[in-house]
Amino acid sequence: MANEIAKGPAAPGVAKVDPILVADGVRREFGGLVAVDVEHLEIPRGKITALIGPNGAGKTTLFNLLTGFDKPNTGKWTFQGRDLAGVPAFKVARIGMVRTFQLTKALSLLTVLDNMRLGAKHQPGESLLRALVRPLWRKREAEITVAAEELLKRFKLDAKSDDFAASLSGGQRKLLEMARALMSKPVLVMLDEPMAGVNPALTQSLLEHIKGLKDDGTTVLFVEHDMHMVRHISDWVIVMAEGRIVAEGPPNEVMKNPAVIDAYLGAHHDSDLGADKIAKEAN
Amino acid sequence: MTRLRSLAGLLLLLGTVFATLLGGTAASPAQAATCAAADPTLPYIVEGTLLNNGETPLKGVQVNLTGNGVDACVLSDENGYFMLTVAKPAKYTVSIETSTLPAGVGVDPADQASQAVDLTVTSDQGVIFPLGKVADTSVSIWAQLADRLFNGLNMGLLLALASIGISLIFGTTGFSNFAHGDMVSLGAMLTWFMTQILGWPILAAGAVAIVAVGASAYLQDAAIWRPLRRRRLGLNQMMIVSIGFSIVFRYLILIFFGGETKDLGSSTEPVAWMAPITTTSTSLIGMGISAVALAGVALFLTKTRIGKATRAVSDNSSLAASTGIDVERIIRIVWILAGLLTGIAGVLWGLRYQANWSTGFDILLLLFAATTLGGLGTSLGTAVGAIIIGLVVETSALVIPTDLTYASALFILILVLLVRPQGILGKKQRLG
Amino acid sequence: MDLIVALQSSFGELITAGTAAFVLCAIGLAIHFGFTGLLNFGQAAFAAVGAYGYAIAALDFKAPLVLSVLFGLLCAVIFAVLLGIPTLRLRADYLAIVTIAAAQVFKFVATSSAITDPSGNVITGGAEGLSEFGGTFYSLNPVPAGEYQVFGNSLTQDQIWVDIVGWLLVVVCALLTYFLTRSPWGRALKGIREDEDAVRSLGKNVYLYKMQALILGGCMAALGGMVFVINSQTVQPTVWGTNFTFTIWTVLLLGGATTVLGPIAGGVVFFTLFAFIQKVLEGLVAIHWMGSLTIPQVGQIRLILVGLALMLLVIFRPQGLFGNKKETLFNG
Repeated sequence: MANEIAKGPAAPGVAKVDPILVADGVRREFGGLVAVDVEHLEIPRGKITALIGPNGAGKTTLFNLLTGFDKPNTGKWTFQGRDLAGVPAFKVARIGMVRTFQLTKALSLLTVLDNMRLGAKHQPGESLLRALVRPLWRKREAEITVAAEELLKRFKLDAKSDDFAASLSGGQRKLLEMARALMSKPVLVMLDEPMAGVNPALTQSLLEHIKGLKDDGTTVLFVEHDMHMVRHISDWVIVMAEGRIVAEGPPNEVMKNPAVIDAYLGAHHDSDLGADKIAKEAN
Repeated sequence: MTRLRSLAGLLLLLGTVFATLLGGTAASPAQAATCAAADPTLPYIVEGTLLNNGETPLKGVQVNLTGNGVDACVLSDENGYFMLTVAKPAKYTVSIETSTLPAGVGVDPADQASQAVDLTVTSDQGVIFPLGKVADTSVSIWAQLADRLFNGLNMGLLLALASIGISLIFGTTGFSNFAHGDMVSLGAMLTWFMTQILGWPILAAGAVAIVAVGASAYLQDAAIWRPLRRRRLGLNQMMIVSIGFSIVFRYLILIFFGGETKDLGSSTEPVAWMAPITTTSTSLIGMGISAVALAGVALFLTKTRIGKATRAVSDNSSLAASTGIDVERIIRIVWILAGLLTGIAGVLWGLRYQANWSTGFDILLLLFAATTLGGLGTSLGTAVGAIIIGLVVETSALVIPTDLTYASALFILILVLLVRPQGILGKKQRLG
Repeated sequence: MDLIVALQSSFGELITAGTAAFVLCAIGLAIHFGFTGLLNFGQAAFAAVGAYGYAIAALDFKAPLVLSVLFGLLCAVIFAVLLGIPTLRLRADYLAIVTIAAAQVFKFVATSSAITDPSGNVITGGAEGLSEFGGTFYSLNPVPAGEYQVFGNSLTQDQIWVDIVGWLLVVVCALLTYFLTRSPWGRALKGIREDEDAVRSLGKNVYLYKMQALILGGCMAALGGMVFVINSQTVQPTVWGTNFTFTIWTVLLLGGATTVLGPIAGGVVFFTLFAFIQKVLEGLVAIHWMGSLTIPQVGQIRLILVGLALMLLVIFRPQGLFGNKKETLFNG
């Protein structure tokens, strides 16, 4: 597996065969405290990559930096060869790198369907002047609505489409947020803890959706605490601790890496890292 | 922390210096000029009202009337009103005795200090003297600058007292209180009432006013803000509520105290040895008190257990709560402290500049500029920001018209938001 | 005291251009706050900028009506951009602080006699303000000269004309708002109101949307300001204070901030009540039921009631009198 993805033996910052995102020297400090200090990072195209690490490892901060929601003190990164440093968040999303948030950001007073429609690209009616001339955007709106309804069906939210997003459960909001991110047909989806707060009945279907994304050719990068999920769906795992990347590799190798066990568990060496609980549940 | 402490030391030192300096100087009473009141039986009248910047009445200013063999003078009353009467219709010259104007106030444009009146066409002629703070051209620019800087420091200290409350409340609750300025008005109005109506000595009146404003702050929190926090009302909603409350607060003050600008009876006699800086003994004592109070706050926040807890709540209130700090209690203390400080600011502002029912609301702009410049939620930053705002507002009068000096605060506010929105000493995360 | 007369004349107050002016400002504020979530605490200044722009163009440049109105709108656009650039990237309170401060400073500038034209006249007219700039507007009046009886109030043809134009502008702005908020553009605004980071993550230029909303709502306020001063025939700095701004807020929150009809309904209710309370309080003062209160103090009590209404609405009925509880604007 490592040979398919990485150019050399698995190690922090290893070069990838076909990287979609390459970051160099990305560093972010908060009042003297180093939150992120990544020397070199490559994300493989068309794969599912997991970003793991203990609380405060800087995973979400790295997400924020790469997607333009925060600015690093230093650093450069490219997406599909395009320099992204200093590019504002909305432009990052437009060129195909769409993220979700750890704390779900469903737009409560919009209907579920409107949430979805807002995710779409190329709606001329989103410009102030053209908004006034309905014929200019009616056709595109119909296309968007069809696409939105299709995705909602896939995520089993179609029954809710005319309800306010505020009425959804926490897990449903996670699903909505993910579905909404897919409306723009992104090249790279970055999911920040997609499983947090989702009840077990939904986790399995969420896992299937993420695998389905890969089958459609979308690259996935996700932050997760749940080791079971990481082991089950990821092709590659990157481990962060104290702002740095401490290990990389295929899931099974990484889980055995003493540096990871050290970073991840600290004193709790005897804990089980990769129990196949989900698999058992699924069976 | 160390910076806070050194600020405290510096301010304490400042306060002591002022107190020592003042020990040797007794404020001399304003010199009474010898002008008789106008004879009301004479038929021809020249009258007017002397208002500084068009709003503050000037009392005891001498106005002369000459011509046609007449040489009369009169002093303006407490409403700034003056009246001169003559027996015969003729052309006269009315002039203002600029030496009797308070320090820093002059006729602008200067040629209006002396005006011709023609009593042959009317028997009652009104005269308007355009009065305002003017730069004295006979004084060197450096002397003027020194004067402005000193008075700016004075203003800055008062702004610091009033705005630290905004900052502390924002720090602990995340809420920007738009009704904060009205506590300044309350302090000034209460002092006016007790000194001028009840005839109490200023020390007693000031102390009671400060305690009363502190109590009002406690009541505001207990009656409005604590219940709203319990209801988990959003911060934007709280801001709108505070605006509504500020309207209620302000108009209650207006109904109780009336709309006139109040003179709190402080001396207007410049302290001679401070020249070229024009200041009064009241202002100097006021500056001493503000410096001591600010030093006290700095010591409170750095040295006492409650002060440290306050800063912990400001840093991260849920973390503070999990370490056993009673956050609600801290917020209550912060409100009372904010009220007391703002009360001091109100009393001193009233003594220094006079005040009316909307003074506090008028300076709200300066208070928010100070907190934003210093970094919302940081007390030290706010104090520094307030002093900078005070200095800029005062010195800007050297280059822009005096009635537009507050605009310089808006300019700073916008500049800060463009360049460094977290303020001088703020942390970036707070913008989130 | 005759309650029917009081009620009737309050109703007469309703249809005036003065009410229309506030409703226009409130529709603008609905775009700012109701649909985009922008806390504009200086709506009075937008109205004032429009009003002064119009008056100065009409007086100093002798501009025809259309150009005067366009100049007023241009001033409002510039004002919105100046306030928006430093604040719209930051947390909501900064816009609130800067707008309330700018409104105050605008009053200082308008009152100051320092800004003069080359011939030495104060451009804004200083404390006395400007007057007699309505000529180009009233010369277009198609209403035949005469006295008209409307709800017991006697109106001149000029008053009728400005009332009609004021309410026509309300209809135009309300329709514009209706169509815009139902478009994909309006959907993006509502999304920003709910969570701007989410909208940003979907590839929308949030800053641009907020700026457009600030400008559009500001222009509506500017139109309101023009109607207000053409109606009163003077523009004075004291009018555009915080009372003006927060009367607009109360009007908006009464009717419900997230609906197009909210500002209109709010305006109708507010000004009926406002005039009615004034009459009732004056009546009570006349028969010495209000202790030592005087008539001017009645006006002050009325403002205290506005402040109270604003507080109570935000706390207990954030959706407005007619809004749907489920659509309550603020839920954390």
